[in-house]
Amino acid sequence: MVDQIPTFEGPVCPLPLKNETTIVMGHGSGGLMTHNLIQEVFQAHFQNSFIKAGNDFANTPIPDTNPNGRLSISTDGHIISPIFFPGGDIGRLAICGTVNDISMSGSTPLYITASFILEEGLQITDLERIAFSMQKTAEEAGVEIVAGDTKVVEKGKGDGIFISTTGIGWLPNNVEIRGDLAQPGDVILVSGTIGDHGIAVLSARGDLGFETDLKSDVAPLNQLIQSLIETIPEIHVLRDPTRGGLATTLNEIARQSNVGLMIYDEMIPVNSTVQSACEMLGFDPLYVANEGKVVVILSKEYKEKALEIMRLNDHGKNAAFIGEVVPIHPGHVVLRTSFGTTRMLEMMSGEMLPRIC
Amino acid sequence: MNKISDFSKSFRDSHLVRGLVDEIKRITTQNWVMMEICGGQTHAIMQYGLDQLLPEQIELVHGPGCPVCVTPLDQIDRGHAIASLPEVIFCSFGDMLRVPGSEVDLFTLRARGAQIRVVYSPLDAVKIAQENPDKQIVFFAIGFETTVPANAASVLQAKALGLKNYSILVSQVTVPPAMHAILSSPQNRVQAFLAAGHVCAIMGYWEYHPIADQYKIPIVVTGFEPLDLLQGILLSIRQLEKNEHFVENAYTRAVTESGNQVAQKTIQQVFEPCDRNWRGIGRIPQSGLGLRKEYAFYDAEKRFQVGHIQTREHEVCIAGEILQGLKKPFDCPAFGKQCNPTKPLGAPMVSSEGACNAYFRFSKSTIS
Repeated sequence: MVDQIPTFEGPVCPLPLKNETTIVMGHGSGGLMTHNLIQEVFQAHFQNSFIKAGNDFANTPIPDTNPNGRLSISTDGHIISPIFFPGGDIGRLAICGTVNDISMSGSTPLYITASFILEEGLQITDLERIAFSMQKTAEEAGVEIVAGDTKVVEKGKGDGIFISTTGIGWLPNNVEIRGDLAQPGDVILVSGTIGDHGIAVLSARGDLGFETDLKSDVAPLNQLIQSLIETIPEIHVLRDPTRGGLATTLNEIARQSNVGLMIYDEMIPVNSTVQSACEMLGFDPLYVANEGKVVVILSKEYKEKALEIMRLNDHGKNAAFIGEVVPIHPGHVVLRTSFGTTRMLEMMSGEMLPRIC
Repeated sequence: MNKISDFSKSFRDSHLVRGLVDEIKRITTQNWVMMEICGGQTHAIMQYGLDQLLPEQIELVHGPGCPVCVTPLDQIDRGHAIASLPEVIFCSFGDMLRVPGSEVDLFTLRARGAQIRVVYSPLDAVKIAQENPDKQIVFFAIGFETTVPANAASVLQAKALGLKNYSILVSQVTVPPAMHAILSSPQNRVQAFLAAGHVCAIMGYWEYHPIADQYKIPIVVTGFEPLDLLQGILLSIRQLEKNEHFVENAYTRAVTESGNQVAQKTIQQVFEPCDRNWRGIGRIPQSGLGLRKEYAFYDAEKRFQVGHIQTREHEVCIAGEILQGLKKPFDCPAFGKQCNPTKPLGAPMVSSEGACNAYFRFSKSTIS
């Protein structure tokens, strides 16, 4: 018995097979397959009037609550292996990365655009999971994904999926938060345990020879930051210690502000699993990446208030005071150990390498 | 996992550290020079600033115990020649990737298309060999007695699995001949050794008695945590102040006199002592561990015929004198200028266990 009788109606020249399970080159052709992919995956998840309109652009309004302000614009490319990891995925990472970069100026992030480079062979179900995660994270952060683009590269020329996101935020004129504003006498706070993201991702790659129950800290920090800004008038610097970790971020700030930073070893919050993994691999948690942490530098008098506010937020429960801005050794970061000795913290140089023994 | 960090925390207790430092200060009456042999110890000393706690009379000099640092340049160049072959997947410990050969490093070769993989254990390289039967898998087998048993195990496993596509580029060295070389040098300043705890966990410390006797020098087996190191220093000073010289174990939780017998047998089964060049030091007789004849099949140097490659060190770099404890990184005209962790001239700046790297990263603290 024949299940299906072939039909010869319509065009019979070789058309690309409609492939429903994996990304093929045709999905990047700009034709029907691209159109369907956008409709079935992206429009299905990114539900807002801008996307629904189906244009190549989005005309968005400026918030009318505070019309005197400036635009903040930031862009970020996201590559990660594996694309799904404990605590997150590349989609959540792509939203949080840009939301957090915008937020570090004190801006309220509003709109995001996303550009996808897909590798031939990527499972469409994986792409859907990623789109779903992006939308969920955008809702959590209170931003809208308003425009996007998709390209496909041949198998072997990508790593599954790369996502570039650009964000736009709105910064009221009275807010000035920048890397060059740290002053001697300021205190340094961090919103929680450091190194969680880097070790969670390393451990998810499965080549460490051990497993952990650690989750990446990837999270949008805009609400935590907004609640800080609303209450505390003198926040000088905000920065998220992503690649290169806390030590590299502090070095950037010390150089930009031309001040010395002194941090206290025993005050820095580190999850015991991260500490153990770093001991075994010869890493220093101070150089391991974070995706949901912020370093806050502000006037000393607001230290306790700021910690209190951060600890009320889910992403700031383990917020801690870790050090001070000092008038000595400008441009450098010094760590004081619990023994009273000091050492210089350099920027991370090159790729982080596990030690031999 | 939590237990590991709790365990290490107890060996970093600041009250106990103060107690040990006070005792060291109390008993030290004159100038002493001691050498910590292992790069891991150098790293911990700099990381915790332990040298800042010691009385001025005590000088710590850093020994040649970083396996990455002592791997000779020509062996690195041989590794690079093999890694560049299209049929090869070259496996290495992470530290080794940034070590410059006479032209490039493994990172650069990887960017040019060479297949280079960082592994955490040589057994991972054997696994890669199983998974890639059409490729030649070469493991860069560097290391002291601590890593040699795992290197040996990889050869034994490859043999047991009948793998024809696995080989190792051997550059293994052992500690006792280096101690002889340092102590018999006319320029020697070392008066006591903090022996490398992890090497002794494998080899025990029976080999050290004749050295302590011959050169009349205290040798204290020492661990890697702040309390371990200070305990090792304290016991060494006690011996020096009393004019005594014997082998003492300050790392009893990991080390016994006879060591790990199984690991020692594994080493002897696959490797035998041979002469070996140490980077910056030169040839030390019987200081290497090369493949026995029965395992010559797994010798990458022979398989890929790279033994003829010879090279010379950079002219400015004083890595050799640093590795022998004759000079400190600050004495080098290139330190922190031409030579830094991003663009290292010599191996001690490359490895996180290297003395120059440790100095660069940790010891500009006098600035505060």
